[in-house]
Amino acid sequence: MIGLNKKDFGLFLIVCFMALAAPILLNPFPVDSAMSDFNAGYPALMQKFAIFGIVVIGFNILFGLTGYLSFGHAAFLGAGSYAAVWMYKLLSFNVIFAIPASIIVAGLLSVVIGHISLRRSGIYFSILTLAFAQMSYALAYSVLTPITNGETGLQVYNNDPQVLMGEGALAEPHLFGLNLNNLTKVQVGGWEFTFEVGYYLCAIFLILAFYMSIRIFRSPFGMMLRAIKSNQNRLNYTGVSPKPYTLAAFIISGLYAGLAGGLMAAMDPLTGAERMFWTESGEIVLMSILGGVGTLIGPILGAGAIEYMSAIVSAITSADLKSWFGWLPDWLETIVIYVLYPFVGKGWHLTLGVVFMLVVIFLPGGLVEGGQRIGKLFSRKKPATAPGGSATPAE
Amino acid sequence: MGILEVKGVNKRFGGLQALGDVNLSVQENTVHAIIGPTGAGKSTLLNCLVGKLIPDSGSVMFDGQSVLGRKPFEINQMGISRVFQTPEIFTDLSVIENVMIPCFAKRDGAFRMHAIESVSSEKGIREQAETMLADVNMLDKRDMHTASLSRGDKRRLEMAMCLVQDPKLLLLDEPTAGMARADTNNTIDLLKEIKEKRNITMAIIEHDMHVVFSMAERITVLAQGTPLVEDTPDNIKGHPKVREAYLGEAQV
Ligand SMILES: Nc1ncnc2c1ncn2[C@@H]1O[C@H](COP(=O)(O)OP(=O)(O)OP(=O)(O)O)[C@@H](O)[C@H]1O
Ligand SMILES: [Mg+2]
Repeated sequence: MIGLNKKDFGLFLIVCFMALAAPILLNPFPVDSAMSDFNAGYPALMQKFAIFGIVVIGFNILFGLTGYLSFGHAAFLGAGSYAAVWMYKLLSFNVIFAIPASIIVAGLLSVVIGHISLRRSGIYFSILTLAFAQMSYALAYSVLTPITNGETGLQVYNNDPQVLMGEGALAEPHLFGLNLNNLTKVQVGGWEFTFEVGYYLCAIFLILAFYMSIRIFRSPFGMMLRAIKSNQNRLNYTGVSPKPYTLAAFIISGLYAGLAGGLMAAMDPLTGAERMFWTESGEIVLMSILGGVGTLIGPILGAGAIEYMSAIVSAITSADLKSWFGWLPDWLETIVIYVLYPFVGKGWHLTLGVVFMLVVIFLPGGLVEGGQRIGKLFSRKKPATAPGGSATPAE
Repeated sequence: MGILEVKGVNKRFGGLQALGDVNLSVQENTVHAIIGPTGAGKSTLLNCLVGKLIPDSGSVMFDGQSVLGRKPFEINQMGISRVFQTPEIFTDLSVIENVMIPCFAKRDGAFRMHAIESVSSEKGIREQAETMLADVNMLDKRDMHTASLSRGDKRRLEMAMCLVQDPKLLLLDEPTAGMARADTNNTIDLLKEIKEKRNITMAIIEHDMHVVFSMAERITVLAQGTPLVEDTPDNIKGHPKVREAYLGEAQV
């Protein structure tokens, strides 16, 4: 169906369902319940799930398939955002201009960075991409101030040309007049679900991005990329030139990141150099490894897990801890809170670090491997010594 | 004129003359063995043929065209495939995928952006790969992960990957090095079978005289980077110079 085999099509349907029903699925707790702090179904967070899902899906085509680990993908994200905001400034707030522009600009940048960085492999490739991204950051931060508005960040001003804007048009991002900030809240019993136009725009792009990645994984091109990771020497003596393949994979992943950058600017029409900072690139790598490198669904899980922690765990306060553990004897409560406190609020990075370590040590295949192990526990059938499936990338 | 013509090839590594004025002519449809003691320059010569090394001087013509200055993948596209001393295969891919990749390379050239088509719709390529696997008796292992193959099967697989491209010349660098006698004999049988079925031109570097004399139609003896003699196996066996330089302790 639509060019996918049965198994992949099933996976695709699951992702479609998860993306479209996210506002409901991610709000499992009633608004007034003590657990409502753990609800993730609000637009700002769901947008991040989708946007970073897109980045990591693209990143996975490069890193997961070819094994080339880029530490500079935030540069493409940032470039995409700048391009989008410039479209707002020059043309109009209609994202029909902004999003293609961000994809194109990020694509061009990835041609340049990819072409040079791919002269080396392994750690040297990683360092080159990191250096390029930091250079882009430095340029955006200071040298290119006329284009990036430096420290202040780029945003739309009243006196910008906006030549296609027209009288009385919306002064915030929209799609042919449909305001991306529009939202509908639906109350069902104690639950409340928020459906926002902006999120659904991201979700549709996430679904498209995921679909394209399945097609690439299952294509001869994808097979060549896996061959590059497996044995470049053999590939050379098999008549295949690895460089254009890796470059194509690099550019594709750059296009994905550019799209994500454009979507970020569609959700909030301003941007700054910090979007290109190396920690952002590092986060993309972490998401990819946490989810499961080289798997189809891993990127979405990894992006989701990290964005969830950064939003939810970082919002937990000592007062929250007190209210949760108030029922314990006082001395025990003190100890528990003393132990947990460093891991919440501003310390959420500690939680991330611990989770990351546990996953890398016990589940080298990432959250996907965790899911597969749980699946095996519950399925009665012995896992068949599956011929066929065994060597194709896991979902 | 042979299909492969090496003329006056020299290669130095610093002070070491690894190849000195090497001339070699491999005729079409023959099995040509290159033998010689350790350090004679056999691997160096082979690397000059496949684009891994560039000779300091001399010419290497294949099928009427110079290979010098071309990259390994370009030379493969001209029709030379090589088998490595330790089998080089795609370890994270399945057996059938390992054979399909060379098929794609042969059909689509060094690069093609076929990112939307699905591998499973490439029926022709799959059939080609399956036929090849049947030829080397590995069809039943088609869907296995290559990491779990035995060493002998890895060798067979690599051979299949080269042969499926229907190369005009197959180069083998010590295809039986480090193998037990039984495996060596299997490899000899396999190579002979291939030779019979496909009538393929092969150049083999080998230490094992048993392998050489059971397969080769022509033999070139290399010593200290220079060809000593080139002749038929029978003449080589009795050649005094060869006995002296090389075979003395090899017990033919
Ligand atoms: N890359 C290199 N740099 C320096 N010296 C080299 C290099 N490759 C080979 N040599 C030297 O060149 C000489 C010929 O080496 P080569 O590997 O071609 O020999 P060989 O005939 O294949 O030997 P063996 O039977 O042991 O494989 C050796 O003395 C070797 O040390
Ligand atoms: Mg050698």
